[in-house]
Amino acid sequence: MNHATIRIPTPLRVFTKGQDEVKVRAATVGEALANLGEQCPGILERVLDKDGKLRPFVNVYVGSADVRSMKGLATAVDAGAVLSIVPAVAGGRR
Amino acid sequence: MKAKDKRLSDLKATIAEVTPKDASALQEQGAVLIDVREPDEVAQGSPAGAHRIVRGFLELRVEDAVPDPSKTVLVMCAGGVRSLFAAEGLKLLGYKDVRSVAGGFNRWKQDGLPVEVPRTLSDRDRERYSRHILMPEVGEKGQLKLLDSRVLLIGAGGLGSPAALYLGAAGVGKLGIVDMDVVDRSNLQRQILHTDERTGTSKVASARTTLSALNPSIEIVGIEARLDSSNVDSILPGWDVVVDGSDNFATRYLVNDACVKHEIPNVHGSIYRFEGQVSVFWPAYPARRGPCYRCLYPEPPPPELAPSCAEAGVLGVLPGVVGTLEAVETIKILLGIGDPLVGRLLHYDALRERFTELTLAPDPACRYCAPGAKFPGYVDYERFCSAPA
Repeated sequence: MNHATIRIPTPLRVFTKGQDEVKVRAATVGEALANLGEQCPGILERVLDKDGKLRPFVNVYVGSADVRSMKGLATAVDAGAVLSIVPAVAGGRR
Repeated sequence: MKAKDKRLSDLKATIAEVTPKDASALQEQGAVLIDVREPDEVAQGSPAGAHRIVRGFLELRVEDAVPDPSKTVLVMCAGGVRSLFAAEGLKLLGYKDVRSVAGGFNRWKQDGLPVEVPRTLSDRDRERYSRHILMPEVGEKGQLKLLDSRVLLIGAGGLGSPAALYLGAAGVGKLGIVDMDVVDRSNLQRQILHTDERTGTSKVASARTTLSALNPSIEIVGIEARLDSSNVDSILPGWDVVVDGSDNFATRYLVNDACVKHEIPNVHGSIYRFEGQVSVFWPAYPARRGPCYRCLYPEPPPPELAPSCAEAGVLGVLPGVVGTLEAVETIKILLGIGDPLVGRLLHYDALRERFTELTLAPDPACRYCAPGAKFPGYVDYERFCSAPA
Protein backbone atom coordinates (compact mmCIF):
# COMPACT_ATOMS: atom_id res chain seq x y z
CA MET A 1 0.00 0.00 0.00
CA ASN A 2 1.36 3.37 -1.03
CA HIS A 3 0.47 6.84 0.12
CA ALA A 4 -1.04 8.86 -2.71
CA THR A 5 -3.05 12.04 -3.22
CA ILE A 6 -6.32 12.38 -5.12
CA ARG A 7 -7.20 15.79 -6.51
CA ILE A 8 -10.92 16.42 -6.22
CA PRO A 9 -12.75 18.51 -8.84
CA THR A 10 -14.93 21.34 -7.57
CA PRO A 11 -18.31 19.65 -8.25
CA LEU A 12 -17.32 16.69 -6.00
CA ARG A 13 -16.04 18.76 -3.11
CA VAL A 14 -19.48 18.62 -1.51
CA PHE A 15 -18.41 15.10 -0.48
CA THR A 16 -14.98 16.06 0.85
CA LYS A 17 -15.99 18.89 3.19
CA GLY A 18 -14.63 21.30 0.60
CA GLN A 19 -11.14 19.75 0.52
CA ASP A 20 -9.49 19.86 -2.92
CA GLU A 21 -7.18 16.92 -2.12
CA VAL A 22 -7.67 13.69 -0.20
CA LYS A 23 -4.81 11.42 0.98
CA VAL A 24 -5.30 7.71 0.35
CA ARG A 25 -3.37 4.43 0.77
CA ALA A 26 -3.56 2.11 -2.20
CA ALA A 27 -1.64 -0.08 -4.60
CA THR A 28 -3.99 0.45 -7.55
CA VAL A 29 -6.34 3.12 -8.86
CA GLY A 30 -9.32 0.96 -7.91
CA GLU A 31 -8.07 0.71 -4.33
CA ALA A 32 -7.37 4.42 -4.21
CA LEU A 33 -10.95 5.17 -5.25
CA ALA A 34 -12.34 2.63 -2.76
CA ASN A 35 -10.31 4.28 0.01
CA LEU A 36 -11.61 7.67 -1.12
CA GLY A 37 -15.17 6.30 -0.96
CA GLU A 38 -14.63 5.11 2.63
CA GLN A 39 -13.41 8.55 3.69
CA CYS A 40 -16.00 10.50 1.74
CA PRO A 41 -19.35 8.70 1.60
CA GLY A 42 -21.39 9.37 -1.53
CA ILE A 43 -18.51 10.42 -3.78
CA LEU A 44 -17.99 7.12 -5.62
CA GLU A 45 -21.52 7.10 -7.04
CA ARG A 46 -20.51 10.12 -9.07
CA VAL A 47 -17.31 8.47 -10.37
CA LEU A 48 -18.24 4.81 -10.85
CA ASP A 49 -21.35 3.17 -12.25
CA LYS A 50 -23.32 0.31 -10.64
CA ASP A 51 -20.83 -2.23 -12.04
CA GLY A 52 -17.91 -0.37 -10.54
CA LYS A 53 -16.68 0.96 -13.90
CA LEU A 54 -15.62 4.55 -14.55
CA ARG A 55 -18.56 6.62 -15.71
CA PRO A 56 -18.31 7.88 -19.33
CA PHE A 57 -18.21 11.53 -18.27
CA VAL A 58 -15.43 11.14 -15.69
CA ASN A 59 -11.74 10.48 -16.26
CA VAL A 60 -9.06 9.54 -13.75
CA TYR A 61 -5.40 10.36 -14.32
CA VAL A 62 -2.30 9.08 -12.56
CA GLY A 63 0.17 11.90 -12.93
CA SER A 64 -0.59 13.16 -16.44
CA ALA A 65 -1.70 9.81 -17.89
CA ASP A 66 -5.32 8.72 -18.38
CA VAL A 67 -5.87 5.35 -16.64
CA ARG A 68 -7.93 4.20 -19.65
CA SER A 69 -4.74 4.31 -21.72
CA MET A 70 -3.07 2.10 -19.06
CA LYS A 71 -4.71 -0.71 -17.10
CA GLY A 72 -7.85 1.11 -16.03
CA LEU A 73 -8.70 0.66 -12.36
CA ALA A 74 -5.92 -1.96 -12.10
CA THR A 75 -3.28 0.66 -12.92
CA ALA A 76 -0.57 0.69 -10.25
CA VAL A 77 -0.28 3.62 -7.85
CA ASP A 78 3.29 4.39 -6.80
CA ALA A 79 4.23 6.02 -3.51
CA GLY A 80 3.61 9.76 -3.70
CA ALA A 81 1.50 9.47 -6.84
CA VAL A 82 -0.97 12.23 -7.64
CA LEU A 83 -4.31 11.11 -9.04
CA SER A 84 -6.76 13.57 -10.62
CA ILE A 85 -10.48 13.07 -11.12
CA VAL A 86 -11.55 15.22 -14.07
CA PRO A 87 -15.25 15.31 -14.99
CA ALA A 88 -16.80 16.82 -18.10
CA VAL A 89 -17.69 20.43 -17.38
CA ALA A 90 -20.22 22.28 -19.48
CA GLY A 91 -19.91 25.81 -18.19
CA GLY A 92 -18.70 28.77 -20.11
CA ARG A 93 -21.22 31.06 -21.65
CA ARG A 94 -23.33 32.06 -18.69
CA MET B 1 35.67 62.55 -56.23
CA LYS B 2 32.84 62.51 -53.71
CA ALA B 3 33.15 60.17 -50.73
CA LYS B 4 30.03 58.33 -51.89
CA ASP B 5 31.54 57.64 -55.32
CA LYS B 6 34.77 56.42 -53.76
CA ARG B 7 32.82 53.99 -51.57
CA LEU B 8 30.84 52.76 -54.57
CA SER B 9 33.88 52.11 -56.66
CA ASP B 10 35.41 50.19 -53.73
CA LEU B 11 32.23 48.14 -53.43
CA LYS B 12 32.13 47.43 -57.17
CA ALA B 13 35.63 46.06 -56.83
CA THR B 14 34.67 43.66 -54.05
CA ILE B 15 31.01 42.67 -54.63
CA ALA B 16 30.19 40.32 -57.48
CA GLU B 17 27.43 41.53 -59.83
CA VAL B 18 25.02 39.55 -61.99
CA THR B 19 22.68 40.59 -64.74
CA PRO B 20 18.93 40.21 -64.05
CA LYS B 21 18.77 37.37 -66.60
CA ASP B 22 21.54 35.45 -64.83
CA ALA B 23 19.93 36.23 -61.46
CA SER B 24 16.64 34.78 -62.65
CA ALA B 25 18.41 31.62 -63.86
CA LEU B 26 20.28 31.28 -60.55
CA GLN B 27 17.00 31.77 -58.68
CA GLU B 28 15.56 28.82 -60.58
CA GLN B 29 18.55 26.75 -59.49
CA GLY B 30 17.84 27.53 -55.82
CA ALA B 31 19.53 30.87 -55.17
CA VAL B 32 17.64 33.30 -52.95
CA LEU B 33 16.65 36.67 -54.37
CA ILE B 34 16.11 39.48 -51.87
CA ASP B 35 14.39 42.71 -52.91
CA VAL B 36 15.63 45.36 -50.47
CA ARG B 37 13.57 48.30 -51.78
CA GLU B 38 11.12 50.33 -49.70
CA PRO B 39 7.53 49.08 -49.23
CA ASP B 40 6.07 51.75 -51.56
CA GLU B 41 8.41 50.63 -54.34
CA VAL B 42 7.71 46.93 -53.76
CA ALA B 43 3.97 47.60 -53.81
CA GLN B 44 4.29 48.49 -57.53
CA GLY B 45 5.78 45.09 -58.32
CA SER B 46 8.69 42.86 -57.37
CA PRO B 47 10.43 39.83 -58.90
CA ALA B 48 8.30 36.71 -58.62
CA GLY B 49 9.36 34.53 -55.71
CA ALA B 50 11.65 37.14 -54.18
CA HIS B 51 11.94 37.76 -50.46
CA ARG B 52 11.17 41.36 -49.61
CA ILE B 53 13.22 42.75 -46.75
CA VAL B 54 13.63 46.49 -46.59
CA ARG B 55 17.29 47.62 -46.51
CA GLY B 56 17.00 49.11 -43.03
CA PHE B 57 16.01 45.77 -41.46
CA LEU B 58 18.02 43.50 -43.75
CA GLU B 59 20.67 42.35 -41.28
CA LEU B 60 18.06 41.91 -38.53
CA ARG B 61 15.65 39.78 -40.54
CA VAL B 62 17.65 38.01 -43.23
CA GLU B 63 18.40 34.94 -41.13
CA ASP B 64 14.69 34.15 -40.82
CA ALA B 65 14.45 34.11 -44.62
CA VAL B 66 17.86 32.56 -45.35
CA PRO B 67 19.09 30.48 -42.41
CA ASP B 68 21.88 28.84 -44.43
CA PRO B 69 24.89 31.19 -44.90
CA SER B 70 26.31 29.03 -47.69
CA LYS B 71 23.33 29.70 -49.99
CA THR B 72 23.78 31.96 -52.96
CA VAL B 73 22.05 35.26 -52.17
CA LEU B 74 21.14 37.76 -54.89
CA VAL B 75 20.41 41.27 -53.69
CA MET B 76 18.29 43.66 -55.70
CA CYS B 77 17.25 47.30 -55.42
CA ALA B 78 15.82 49.64 -58.07
CA GLY B 79 18.99 50.43 -60.00
CA GLY B 80 21.78 48.31 -58.54
CA VAL B 81 23.37 50.83 -56.17
CA ARG B 82 21.68 50.31 -52.81
CA SER B 83 22.01 46.58 -53.39
CA LEU B 84 25.81 46.95 -53.36
CA PHE B 85 25.67 48.35 -49.82
CA ALA B 86 23.15 45.69 -48.82
CA ALA B 87 25.32 42.92 -50.25
CA GLU B 88 28.28 44.15 -48.26
CA GLY B 89 26.16 43.99 -45.10
CA LEU B 90 25.26 40.37 -45.81
CA LYS B 91 28.90 39.44 -46.43
CA LEU B 92 29.79 40.95 -43.06
CA LEU B 93 27.08 38.77 -41.49
CA GLY B 94 28.85 35.71 -42.88
CA TYR B 95 26.98 34.96 -46.11
CA LYS B 96 29.59 33.41 -48.39
CA ASP B 97 28.19 33.98 -51.87
CA VAL B 98 26.42 37.32 -52.17
CA ARG B 99 25.86 39.05 -55.50
CA SER B 100 24.27 42.34 -56.45
CA VAL B 101 21.83 42.47 -59.37
CA ALA B 102 23.23 45.04 -61.82
CA GLY B 103 20.59 47.47 -63.07
CA GLY B 104 18.19 46.33 -60.35
CA PHE B 105 14.47 45.96 -60.72
CA ASN B 106 14.28 48.52 -63.53
CA ARG B 107 16.38 46.33 -65.80
CA TRP B 108 14.66 43.18 -64.52
CA LYS B 109 11.39 44.64 -65.83
CA GLN B 110 12.92 45.86 -69.12
CA ASP B 111 14.23 42.35 -69.69
CA GLY B 112 10.71 40.98 -69.36
CA LEU B 113 11.51 38.77 -66.37
CA PRO B 114 8.63 37.56 -64.14
CA VAL B 115 7.11 40.18 -61.86
CA GLU B 116 4.39 39.91 -59.25
CA VAL B 117 2.52 42.56 -57.29
CA PRO B 118 2.77 41.32 -53.72
CA ARG B 119 -0.24 41.71 -51.50
CA THR B 120 0.72 44.10 -48.76
CA LEU B 121 -0.88 45.66 -45.73
CA SER B 122 -2.24 49.17 -45.89
CA ASP B 123 -0.32 51.81 -43.93
CA ARG B 124 -3.09 51.84 -41.36
CA ASP B 125 -2.94 48.06 -40.87
CA ARG B 126 0.83 48.11 -40.79
CA GLU B 127 0.58 50.54 -37.89
CA ARG B 128 -2.24 48.68 -36.14
CA TYR B 129 -0.50 45.31 -36.28
CA SER B 130 3.09 46.54 -36.00
CA ARG B 131 3.79 44.49 -32.82
CA HIS B 132 2.74 41.35 -34.68
CA ILE B 133 4.67 42.22 -37.81
CA LEU B 134 7.87 42.75 -35.82
CA MET B 135 7.85 39.10 -34.78
CA PRO B 136 9.30 36.72 -37.36
CA GLU B 137 6.70 34.07 -36.37
CA VAL B 138 3.95 36.38 -37.64
CA GLY B 139 5.42 39.03 -39.93
CA GLU B 140 3.46 40.70 -42.69
CA LYS B 141 2.70 37.33 -44.25
CA GLY B 142 1.23 35.98 -41.01
CA GLN B 143 -0.79 39.11 -40.46
CA LEU B 144 -2.26 38.82 -43.96
CA LYS B 145 -3.13 35.22 -43.10
CA LEU B 146 -4.99 36.36 -39.96
CA LEU B 147 -6.86 38.97 -41.99
CA ASP B 148 -7.95 36.19 -44.37
CA SER B 149 -9.07 33.90 -41.52
CA ARG B 150 -12.57 33.00 -40.39
CA VAL B 151 -13.26 32.01 -36.78
CA LEU B 152 -16.63 30.99 -35.38
CA LEU B 153 -17.31 31.65 -31.71
CA ILE B 154 -19.96 29.55 -30.01
CA GLY B 155 -21.34 31.93 -27.40
CA ALA B 156 -20.68 35.59 -26.69
CA GLY B 157 -20.50 35.06 -22.95
CA GLY B 158 -17.79 34.49 -20.36
CA LEU B 159 -15.37 32.59 -22.62
CA GLY B 160 -16.48 34.14 -25.90
CA SER B 161 -15.96 37.70 -24.64
CA PRO B 162 -12.19 37.65 -24.08
CA ALA B 163 -11.69 35.31 -27.05
CA ALA B 164 -13.61 37.62 -29.40
CA LEU B 165 -11.88 40.75 -28.10
CA TYR B 166 -8.38 39.33 -28.63
CA LEU B 167 -9.17 37.69 -31.96
CA GLY B 168 -10.77 40.90 -33.19
CA ALA B 169 -7.84 42.96 -31.96
CA ALA B 170 -5.44 40.53 -33.63
CA GLY B 171 -7.13 41.18 -36.96
CA VAL B 172 -8.87 37.87 -37.58
CA GLY B 173 -10.74 39.09 -40.64
CA LYS B 174 -14.07 37.40 -40.12
CA LEU B 175 -15.57 36.58 -36.74
CA GLY B 176 -18.83 34.65 -36.51
CA ILE B 177 -20.75 34.73 -33.24
CA VAL B 178 -23.51 32.25 -32.43
CA ASP B 179 -25.72 33.30 -29.52
CA MET B 180 -29.40 33.91 -29.11
CA ASP B 181 -29.46 35.43 -25.63
CA VAL B 182 -29.93 38.98 -24.45
CA VAL B 183 -27.55 40.74 -22.09
CA ASP B 184 -28.49 40.32 -18.45
CA ARG B 185 -27.02 42.44 -15.66
CA SER B 186 -25.72 39.27 -13.95
CA ASN B 187 -23.58 38.60 -17.07
CA LEU B 188 -21.51 41.74 -16.67
CA GLN B 189 -19.32 40.43 -13.84
CA ARG B 190 -17.41 38.46 -16.52
CA GLN B 191 -18.83 39.01 -20.03
CA ILE B 192 -16.66 41.96 -20.93
CA LEU B 193 -18.02 42.37 -24.47
CA HIS B 194 -21.20 43.85 -23.02
CA THR B 195 -22.10 46.98 -21.08
CA ASP B 196 -24.62 48.00 -18.47
CA GLU B 197 -26.58 50.16 -20.86
CA ARG B 198 -27.04 47.21 -23.24
CA THR B 199 -28.84 45.00 -20.75
CA GLY B 200 -31.94 43.59 -22.37
CA THR B 201 -30.50 43.83 -25.89
CA SER B 202 -29.15 41.03 -28.09
CA LYS B 203 -25.71 39.70 -27.16
CA VAL B 204 -24.78 39.33 -30.82
CA ALA B 205 -25.65 42.99 -31.47
CA SER B 206 -23.80 44.08 -28.34
CA ALA B 207 -20.73 42.04 -29.36
CA ARG B 208 -20.81 43.62 -32.81
CA THR B 209 -20.88 47.13 -31.32
CA THR B 210 -17.90 46.43 -29.05
CA LEU B 211 -15.80 44.61 -31.64
CA SER B 212 -16.46 47.14 -34.42
CA ALA B 213 -15.37 49.94 -32.09
CA LEU B 214 -12.17 48.05 -31.28
CA ASN B 215 -11.33 47.12 -34.87
CA PRO B 216 -13.58 48.60 -37.56
CA SER B 217 -11.89 46.71 -40.39
CA ILE B 218 -12.99 43.21 -39.37
CA GLU B 219 -16.22 41.58 -40.47
CA ILE B 220 -18.63 40.38 -37.78
CA VAL B 221 -21.19 37.74 -38.72
CA GLY B 222 -23.96 37.54 -36.12
CA ILE B 223 -25.90 34.28 -35.93
CA GLU B 224 -28.84 34.58 -33.55
CA ALA B 225 -29.68 30.91 -33.26
CA ARG B 226 -29.49 28.04 -30.84
CA LEU B 227 -27.39 25.24 -32.30
CA ASP B 228 -29.27 22.00 -32.85
CA SER B 229 -29.05 18.99 -35.13
CA SER B 230 -31.12 20.73 -37.81
CA ASN B 231 -28.96 23.85 -38.22
CA VAL B 232 -25.44 22.79 -37.20
CA ASP B 233 -24.50 21.61 -40.70
CA SER B 234 -25.49 24.93 -42.20
CA ILE B 235 -23.70 27.02 -39.56
CA LEU B 236 -20.32 25.32 -38.96
CA PRO B 237 -18.85 24.48 -42.39
CA GLY B 238 -16.58 27.11 -43.94
CA TRP B 239 -14.94 28.33 -40.74
CA ASP B 240 -11.22 27.77 -40.18
CA VAL B 241 -11.49 27.31 -36.41
CA VAL B 242 -14.41 26.97 -34.00
CA VAL B 243 -14.03 28.35 -30.47
CA ASP B 244 -16.35 26.57 -28.07
CA GLY B 245 -17.50 28.83 -25.25
CA SER B 246 -20.88 27.21 -24.75
CA ASP B 247 -22.58 26.65 -21.41
CA ASN B 248 -24.30 23.28 -21.86
CA PHE B 249 -23.49 19.74 -22.86
CA ALA B 250 -26.07 19.60 -25.66
CA THR B 251 -24.21 22.33 -27.56
CA ARG B 252 -20.75 20.99 -26.72
CA TYR B 253 -21.52 17.57 -28.20
CA LEU B 254 -23.07 19.10 -31.33
CA VAL B 255 -20.03 21.33 -31.79
CA ASN B 256 -17.68 18.38 -31.30
CA ASP B 257 -19.55 16.10 -33.67
CA ALA B 258 -19.82 18.77 -36.39
CA CYS B 259 -16.15 19.71 -36.04
CA VAL B 260 -15.16 16.05 -36.41
CA LYS B 261 -17.43 15.68 -39.44
CA HIS B 262 -16.15 18.82 -41.15
CA GLU B 263 -12.53 18.44 -39.93
CA ILE B 264 -12.50 21.81 -38.20
CA PRO B 265 -10.24 22.36 -35.19
CA ASN B 266 -12.40 22.75 -32.06
CA VAL B 267 -10.80 24.98 -29.45
CA HIS B 268 -12.38 23.92 -26.19
CA GLY B 269 -12.68 25.85 -22.95
CA SER B 270 -14.87 25.16 -19.95
CA ILE B 271 -15.08 26.64 -16.49
CA TYR B 272 -16.59 25.92 -13.12
CA ARG B 273 -16.19 28.20 -10.12
CA PHE B 274 -12.37 28.45 -9.78
CA GLU B 275 -11.40 25.69 -12.24
CA GLY B 276 -10.92 25.71 -15.97
CA GLN B 277 -10.08 23.27 -18.76
CA VAL B 278 -8.60 24.08 -22.17
CA SER B 279 -7.81 21.76 -25.06
CA VAL B 280 -7.90 21.52 -28.84
CA PHE B 281 -10.00 18.69 -30.25
CA TRP B 282 -8.78 18.15 -33.78
CA PRO B 283 -8.51 14.54 -34.96
CA ALA B 284 -7.50 15.77 -38.43
CA TYR B 285 -4.47 17.72 -37.12
CA PRO B 286 -1.76 16.78 -39.62
CA ALA B 287 1.17 16.61 -37.17
CA ARG B 288 -0.29 14.02 -34.78
CA ARG B 289 -3.53 12.19 -34.16
CA GLY B 290 -5.43 13.80 -31.32
CA PRO B 291 -8.73 12.85 -29.68
CA CYS B 292 -12.16 14.43 -30.06
CA TYR B 293 -14.33 15.41 -27.10
CA ARG B 294 -16.16 12.08 -27.30
CA CYS B 295 -12.89 10.14 -26.98
CA LEU B 296 -12.56 11.87 -23.64
CA TYR B 297 -16.19 11.78 -22.56
CA PRO B 298 -18.25 9.49 -24.82
CA GLU B 299 -21.56 10.69 -23.34
CA PRO B 300 -22.69 13.69 -21.29
CA PRO B 301 -23.75 13.13 -17.68
CA PRO B 302 -27.46 12.66 -17.07
CA PRO B 303 -29.10 15.69 -15.42
CA GLU B 304 -29.18 14.07 -11.98
CA LEU B 305 -25.40 13.58 -11.98
CA ALA B 306 -24.43 16.92 -13.50
CA PRO B 307 -23.61 19.72 -11.09
CA SER B 308 -26.85 21.39 -10.14
CA CYS B 309 -27.55 24.92 -11.29
CA ALA B 310 -27.66 26.11 -7.70
CA GLU B 311 -24.11 24.83 -7.14
CA ALA B 312 -22.78 26.63 -10.18
CA GLY B 313 -21.26 30.08 -10.25
CA VAL B 314 -17.89 31.26 -11.44
CA LEU B 315 -15.15 33.68 -10.51
CA GLY B 316 -15.63 36.52 -13.00
CA VAL B 317 -12.03 36.61 -14.16
CA LEU B 318 -11.76 32.82 -14.62
CA PRO B 319 -13.31 32.83 -18.12
CA GLY B 320 -10.88 35.68 -18.84
CA VAL B 321 -7.97 33.30 -18.28
CA VAL B 322 -9.54 30.35 -20.09
CA GLY B 323 -11.07 32.32 -23.00
CA THR B 324 -7.75 34.10 -23.54
CA LEU B 325 -5.96 30.75 -23.72
CA GLU B 326 -8.53 29.70 -26.32
CA ALA B 327 -7.65 32.82 -28.32
CA VAL B 328 -3.94 31.95 -28.09
CA GLU B 329 -4.57 28.44 -29.41
CA THR B 330 -6.77 29.80 -32.20
CA ILE B 331 -4.14 32.25 -33.42
CA LYS B 332 -1.43 29.57 -33.30
CA ILE B 333 -3.59 27.25 -35.40
CA LEU B 334 -4.40 30.00 -37.93
CA LEU B 335 -0.72 30.88 -38.30
CA GLY B 336 0.50 27.28 -38.17
CA ILE B 337 3.03 28.04 -35.45
CA GLY B 338 3.98 26.39 -32.17
CA ASP B 339 2.43 23.29 -30.66
CA PRO B 340 -1.34 23.34 -30.16
CA LEU B 341 -3.09 21.63 -27.23
CA VAL B 342 -3.97 18.65 -29.42
CA GLY B 343 -3.92 15.53 -27.24
CA ARG B 344 -3.34 17.64 -24.15
CA LEU B 345 -5.74 19.06 -21.59
CA LEU B 346 -4.61 22.10 -19.67
CA HIS B 347 -6.29 22.23 -16.29
CA TYR B 348 -6.27 25.50 -14.36
CA ASP B 349 -6.88 25.81 -10.64
CA ALA B 350 -7.25 29.49 -9.78
CA LEU B 351 -7.26 29.01 -6.00
CA ARG B 352 -3.92 27.24 -6.00
CA GLU B 353 -2.80 29.22 -9.07
CA ARG B 354 -1.67 26.00 -10.69
CA PHE B 355 -1.71 24.73 -14.27
CA THR B 356 -1.62 20.95 -14.78
CA GLU B 357 -1.18 19.27 -18.15
CA LEU B 358 -2.95 15.96 -18.71
CA THR B 359 -2.30 13.68 -21.68
CA LEU B 360 -5.29 12.74 -23.83
CA ALA B 361 -5.24 9.76 -26.14
CA PRO B 362 -7.67 9.21 -29.02
CA ASP B 363 -10.09 6.35 -28.41
CA PRO B 364 -9.42 3.80 -31.18
CA ALA B 365 -13.06 2.75 -30.91
CA CYS B 366 -14.54 6.27 -30.92
CA ARG B 367 -17.82 6.18 -32.84
CA TYR B 368 -17.19 9.65 -34.23
CA CYS B 369 -13.50 10.08 -34.97
CA ALA B 370 -11.98 6.58 -35.24
CA PRO B 371 -10.40 6.02 -38.67
CA GLY B 372 -13.03 4.70 -41.05
CA ALA B 373 -15.92 5.44 -38.68
CA LYS B 374 -19.13 6.26 -40.52
CA PHE B 375 -20.59 9.47 -39.11
CA PRO B 376 -23.33 8.24 -36.75
CA GLY B 377 -25.41 11.44 -36.91
CA TYR B 378 -26.10 14.24 -34.48
CA VAL B 379 -27.76 13.85 -31.10
CA ASP B 380 -29.98 16.48 -29.51
CA TYR B 381 -29.30 15.95 -25.84
CA GLU B 382 -31.66 17.30 -23.24
CA ARG B 383 -30.77 20.84 -22.21
CA PHE B 384 -30.34 21.21 -18.53
CA CYS B 385 -28.56 23.56 -16.22
CA SER B 386 -28.66 26.36 -18.73
CA ALA B 387 -30.60 28.73 -16.54
CA PRO B 388 -28.52 31.77 -15.63
CA ALA B 389 -26.10 30.81 -12.88
